[in-house]
Amino acid sequence: MINYIRSLGRWGLGSFERLGRAHIFLVAMLAGVPGLFLRFSLVIQQLFSIGVLSVMLILISGLFVGMVLGLQGYNTLVDFGAEESLGVMVSLSLVRELGPVVSALLFAGRAGSALTAEIGLMKSTEQLSGMEMMAVDPIKRIIAPRFLAGIISMPLLAAIFSAVGVLGGFLVGHGLLGVDDGAFWSQMQAKTDLFEDIFNGVIKSVVFGLVVTWIALFEGYDAMPTSEGVGRATTRTVVHSAFAILGLDFVLTALMFGD
Amino acid sequence: MMQSKSTEITVGMFVAAGIAALFVLAMKVSNLGDLTEEKGYQVTAEFGNVGGLKVRSAVTMAGVRVGRVADISLDPKTFDAKVTLNMYPQFNNIPIDTSASIYTAGLLGEQYIGLVAGAEDESLKNGDVITLTQPALVLEQVIGQFLYSKAEGSD
Amino acid sequence: MPLIKIRDLHFNRGDRVIFDGVNIDIQRGKVTAIMGPSGTGKTTLLKLIGGQLRPDKGTIEVDGQDVHKLSHSELYELRKRMGMLFQSGALLTDIDVFDNVAFPLREHTNLPESMIRDLVLMKLQAVGLRNARRLSPNELSGGMARRVALARAVALEPMMIMYDEPFTGQDPISMGTLVNLIHRINDAMKLTSIVVSHDVAETAEIADYIYLMSGGKIIEHGSPVQLKDSGSQWVQQFMQGLPDGPVPFHYAGPDFAEDLLNPEDNA
Repeated sequence: MINYIRSLGRWGLGSFERLGRAHIFLVAMLAGVPGLFLRFSLVIQQLFSIGVLSVMLILISGLFVGMVLGLQGYNTLVDFGAEESLGVMVSLSLVRELGPVVSALLFAGRAGSALTAEIGLMKSTEQLSGMEMMAVDPIKRIIAPRFLAGIISMPLLAAIFSAVGVLGGFLVGHGLLGVDDGAFWSQMQAKTDLFEDIFNGVIKSVVFGLVVTWIALFEGYDAMPTSEGVGRATTRTVVHSAFAILGLDFVLTALMFGD
Repeated sequence: MMQSKSTEITVGMFVAAGIAALFVLAMKVSNLGDLTEEKGYQVTAEFGNVGGLKVRSAVTMAGVRVGRVADISLDPKTFDAKVTLNMYPQFNNIPIDTSASIYTAGLLGEQYIGLVAGAEDESLKNGDVITLTQPALVLEQVIGQFLYSKAEGSD
Repeated sequence: MPLIKIRDLHFNRGDRVIFDGVNIDIQRGKVTAIMGPSGTGKTTLLKLIGGQLRPDKGTIEVDGQDVHKLSHSELYELRKRMGMLFQSGALLTDIDVFDNVAFPLREHTNLPESMIRDLVLMKLQAVGLRNARRLSPNELSGGMARRVALARAVALEPMMIMYDEPFTGQDPISMGTLVNLIHRINDAMKLTSIVVSHDVAETAEIADYIYLMSGGKIIEHGSPVQLKDSGSQWVQQFMQGLPDGPVPFHYAGPDFAEDLLNPEDNA
């Protein structure tokens, strides 16, 4: 029993220690960001491997999510004779929720896990340590560009996801189910507010991008420098990111759309 | 490190695609298009009850949208709702004796203002007031009246 | 005046004592070897000198500066004058050999690209890998990776280089190449070298002075010749690689005969 309490206590202390380290890490990363504007080519490199390489996944997923929304929404709305509102339903679900959330979850799986593995591998092969000994701060040189690239990529990916999703909803709604295209677009435009819906969606995705990239980089940087440790850190990135995205989504939604 | 040209180009394309998607969302999906249409003229109308009418609700004439609700406030003297309508500039020959009513789109839909053209030669200008108005139908009132008339009729 | 002066160094990792009052002097322009069995914290010592770890007690002075009292930027300034060769080479895997050697030059100098090219080719020529410059680090053998890392470590013309187990896991030819290279580079560039190793023969060949460490303490120090003639049994066992001696072959525990007679396994 004593042992059980002791191990619980140790676990608790360990968690606080990790939480503290994660925040010190965040501050160090943020301190490294301003210097990047002098060497933006570092960020461009990372925009490629974080953003561009995720586009295909986002495009395909967004299209299918939009198409499913079109089908499901139509079946529900047609019972009330309100199938003209399909556009609103598709656009609001995508712009407010599914765009930022689903693209962030996909981003965590695609780019987040890759970041953790990359940084973890650099740590286990002493590349980070070697860089420190060459008087190059790895947080500034390696971590910060990835962090900034993640924050920039996420809202762009979420916007692509939502736009493609609306297109998918339109293709199914108009092309397959015969909803009037004028009604689809005009209802959508009437009910989707630029500030209330779209800007809030963008803010959400910026927050998700920051948190997912932060978790991914920290897990990599803090990983045990063995192949097993890196593997476990990669799993943790995906799990923790998913929790963080869904939890923060609730908080942000309550702040933005709750009266 | 040499930055390969193709990396820069694809990143540029990615950023452009993301911004284009945001732009599409703003222009095509949201009501941004309307925000720029503020150049029209404004008229006011007073209603006994606006029901669920909201700012930015549609103003239509024969089913065609001719403007938007710009503001809803309470007249301090008459205690009627004072609704400011923002009319699109191309509809500049609407007769001055036009009447305004508040309708509901479908049974559960949004409320909007429907205009019915009058017969005068003079047309509405900025600052004019529409005097012929009909308040919103409030469903509870309608049902109440219906039940009351039934009760009366059964005598 | 020695280049590096370590005084009363204490360092613990968790409950384990790594260093328990270590004093080391590293003379300028000499090759000093620090030797000892695996797990005596030789790599940890290099990380302490480089300021990547912080001692629990004691001081490390490099070129008159106390490493652990420097500010972040002063420490980075000092590190520009230190080179370190990691066991794995620690080459950046996403760029090729040329860019790896050019990396410290591009990070710390504003030299034009043509001059960087000349410098990099010069360093790569010195380690014999000029024609391998467009290979990726994954395509190099362990020995070649260490040679590239050596070229990178000397790119900024440091005052000293720390070698972490440079000979481990090398075939005889690349071992010979590395021994030769370390010797040549040290002489040609008037460097101070610290070699951490447990390969006795190769290290004794290049070292001017050797510190022998075990159990967190310096057991013995002296020139290679002095150590070979040492009276200490432990030193003899280590230098000659004898299987049994003061460091027992058997892990501590009950006697074998006793164990056989006892049916319960309670070791």
